[in-house]
Amino acid sequence: MTDLTNVEMEVVEKPRSQWRDVWDQFKTHKGAVAGLSFLIFITLFAAVGPFLWDVDPGRLDIRNKDVRPIYMGLFDSSAKVSWANPMGTDNLGRDIMANIMQGGRISLAVGWTAMVLAVVLGTTIGVLAGYFKRLDGLLMRFTDLVLALPLLPLLLVMMLLFRDPLRAAFGPETGIFLLIVAGIGITSWMQTARIVRGDVMALKEREFVLAARSIGTPARRMITRHLLPNVLSPIMVSATLGLATAIITESALSFLGLGFPSDFPTWGKILFDSVDRMTSFPERVIWPGLAISLTVLAVNYIGDGLRDALDPRIRGH
Amino acid sequence: MKLKTALLGAAASLALAPMALADAHEGERGRDGEVKIIYWQAPSILNPYLSGGTKELEAASLIIEPLARYDTDGNLVAWLAEEVPTVANGGVSEDLKTITWKLKPGLVWSDGTPLTSEDVKFSWEYCTAEGGGCAQGEKYLDVVSVDTPDELTAVVNFSVAKPFPYGPFVGAQAPIIQKAQFADCMGPKAPECTDENFGPIGTGPFVVTDFRTNDVFTAVANENYREAGKPAFASVTFKGGGDAAAAGRAVHETGEYDYAWNLQLAPDVLAGMAEAGLGQNVAAFGTSVERILLNQTNVDPALGDQRGVIGNPHPFLTDKSVRQAMSMAIDRALLTEIGYGEFGRLTCNVLPAPAIFASDANDSCLVQDIEGAKGVLEAAGWTDTDGDGFRDKDGIKLSVLYQTSTNAVRQDYQALIKQWWEEIGVETELRNIDASVFFGSDPGSPDTFQKFFADVEMFTNNFDGTDPEAYMAGWTCDQAPQPSNQWQGNNMPRFCSEEYDALRAEMAVTGDINERARLAKAMNDILMQEYIILPLTHRGRNSAHAVSLGGVALNVWDSELWNIADWYRIPG
Repeated sequence: MTDLTNVEMEVVEKPRSQWRDVWDQFKTHKGAVAGLSFLIFITLFAAVGPFLWDVDPGRLDIRNKDVRPIYMGLFDSSAKVSWANPMGTDNLGRDIMANIMQGGRISLAVGWTAMVLAVVLGTTIGVLAGYFKRLDGLLMRFTDLVLALPLLPLLLVMMLLFRDPLRAAFGPETGIFLLIVAGIGITSWMQTARIVRGDVMALKEREFVLAARSIGTPARRMITRHLLPNVLSPIMVSATLGLATAIITESALSFLGLGFPSDFPTWGKILFDSVDRMTSFPERVIWPGLAISLTVLAVNYIGDGLRDALDPRIRGH
Repeated sequence: MKLKTALLGAAASLALAPMALADAHEGERGRDGEVKIIYWQAPSILNPYLSGGTKELEAASLIIEPLARYDTDGNLVAWLAEEVPTVANGGVSEDLKTITWKLKPGLVWSDGTPLTSEDVKFSWEYCTAEGGGCAQGEKYLDVVSVDTPDELTAVVNFSVAKPFPYGPFVGAQAPIIQKAQFADCMGPKAPECTDENFGPIGTGPFVVTDFRTNDVFTAVANENYREAGKPAFASVTFKGGGDAAAAGRAVHETGEYDYAWNLQLAPDVLAGMAEAGLGQNVAAFGTSVERILLNQTNVDPALGDQRGVIGNPHPFLTDKSVRQAMSMAIDRALLTEIGYGEFGRLTCNVLPAPAIFASDANDSCLVQDIEGAKGVLEAAGWTDTDGDGFRDKDGIKLSVLYQTSTNAVRQDYQALIKQWWEEIGVETELRNIDASVFFGSDPGSPDTFQKFFADVEMFTNNFDGTDPEAYMAGWTCDQAPQPSNQWQGNNMPRFCSEEYDALRAEMAVTGDINERARLAKAMNDILMQEYIILPLTHRGRNSAHAVSLGGVALNVWDSELWNIADWYRIPG
């Protein structure tokens, strides 16, 4: 009898990992699932696309300039369309689809790397300032200092100081990539640090922290085991915002001539290059614009879904 | 007899037709209300002696005027002076050392006081005053004194023979300012006189009423203007700021403004705007040439403070065959069509105008010759030995860094030229720099066009007025920007040729116009045939005005607003 009961109990209480719970909760958020699907799609589009669509984004073909996207043929039979350029070509005959793929690679890579850098920096500084009272004043005044730094002049100075050494060490593209990622990363961690510090200070006073401390948990364990999991949701949210900001900042920099060389497409640069001809060729603005805004929106939704899924009170049982 | 009379009649009516038209828009002063002008760079001051910027020169030209200025063809016309002094009419001395200007009698300033030769003399004193950093100092170069024998006569004395004595008091850069107003603003005090600098009293058709720096100013018709019935407009609103595209739309598409200056936009964009029907584009050709410069010095960052210093020759651009091949690979017709359309012309000269100075010895550059360029490189021993697609010789790879300012048309040029150069085996890396940094003169920045820390750079330059002497003098050896002269000078490629310097010295003492033309052409041909400068496009200046605005005559030799007194509103 007792054996049987035990078996039944085991069936009901089948052990579930925490991450499985998180995933189940995440799946109930429709926006987050849609966002994740889009993000996977756009990442594959940029990463794998160029292998399938084997067109050099920098190749000029003047005879085939100003080709309209293929769907224009539906509305306007006289439009210049071609299956060789399904999204059309720009005013120098470069294929827009190949450019958006190549631009996506750069924009996403800059966005993700700068965001990860900013989040790691921000979380570290925030947790240290919130947990160790001695460091608080020092770190927060440092944060104030960095907050007061204007990004553009700072990047100008960085360009002057480091461009030539980086170009010599890593080549023009990788050198600029590192410079931009570092520039964006080290100028956008402050908000994360402020939020994390506030949350950590509030958590420090909670009973479970007191309990953990009374059994002698060292600071390192306290942070990784008790504090970090509880501040994960604000970190996620600022990470998603950070990704969006990084993509947009990179676009602005490219426009000002501080970013990548002009023959190196990014979404922001394709967008800026097309603004003059926006009325005649709206698709050249719409495609990169859609790519930027949908990516940012998708990441925001994922952040929202993750926040809900990671919060045990919402996840519930 | 009858036929002849008829023909004469037809000819007479043709000749009279413009006059009849002119009569139709004559009337009392200020009859046409307000004219609105937009410059997408905002003027910060209305005193051209304190600013070298085009926007300030042109804004100030509404208010203050020179003794003589250039018309739309580049000819000198008397403005405040009665006539243009020449050797023939006795106004310029035989030894070319003095020039005598006679003022028109009866001229008054907008405050009603008479304009005298003392004011002319004062304008020179103001610009050359000790400690005064005058932006137009070169206009008064070599002037030793200005004599005023009577109220209407000013005699300018030069220390050397001046074959072209029309620097002082000529053109928008050197107008006459009022002595009574600026007498206390000499030398170091000049920038402190805010009221004077923002509202100079002038002889021009308009008088400033309100000036907001870097934004907008308003002016009303000058009641004391010398010509009756002019200007036709009672007031001017001069707005600054924005960008070229926005300014173009304000004239072409929304009709908010009547005149937009310097619309540096791609031709298809401008044509698209003009389709709205409210405005029209106008273009005129001066001396602006979009050109590529090939650096003759080594700018490797590893050289530290020896970068770009004469004595460190460039590793491969000092080889003429490389420069020649790079020139042959460029399809100038295609570039011009894409970048400027009807606002650009083909040229193979860095000195394309005025016509008597334009050489025709270099026209072979008009045809692209990729195969020929490859042949030149092969013959000179540049081959692809390591199989990376780019040519090399003795371990030196043909790889250039190509810089220019950030501008959509320039980036299109860069993309096309990069493609052609890579086709002939020259690796090309592009860089674009914000225009305010690139054209800025900050000696601390490595990115200025004068430092030229790149192998190849591209921009447009021109010269004021019609005499190319000063412009051609820019490529002599001593004009090379170097650390010793704080990187000042116009010889950015750091080209140095004794032959060239000799021609320049000869031109400085030659007065005959045909002889000067021969020398200028010879200097141009040296630069072209050595392939130090690769001209790409002879650029027109293009502006736009509302179709309802009449009388606009685009002038590239002087201020665009030179004849604003003649502007009028076309009824309807």
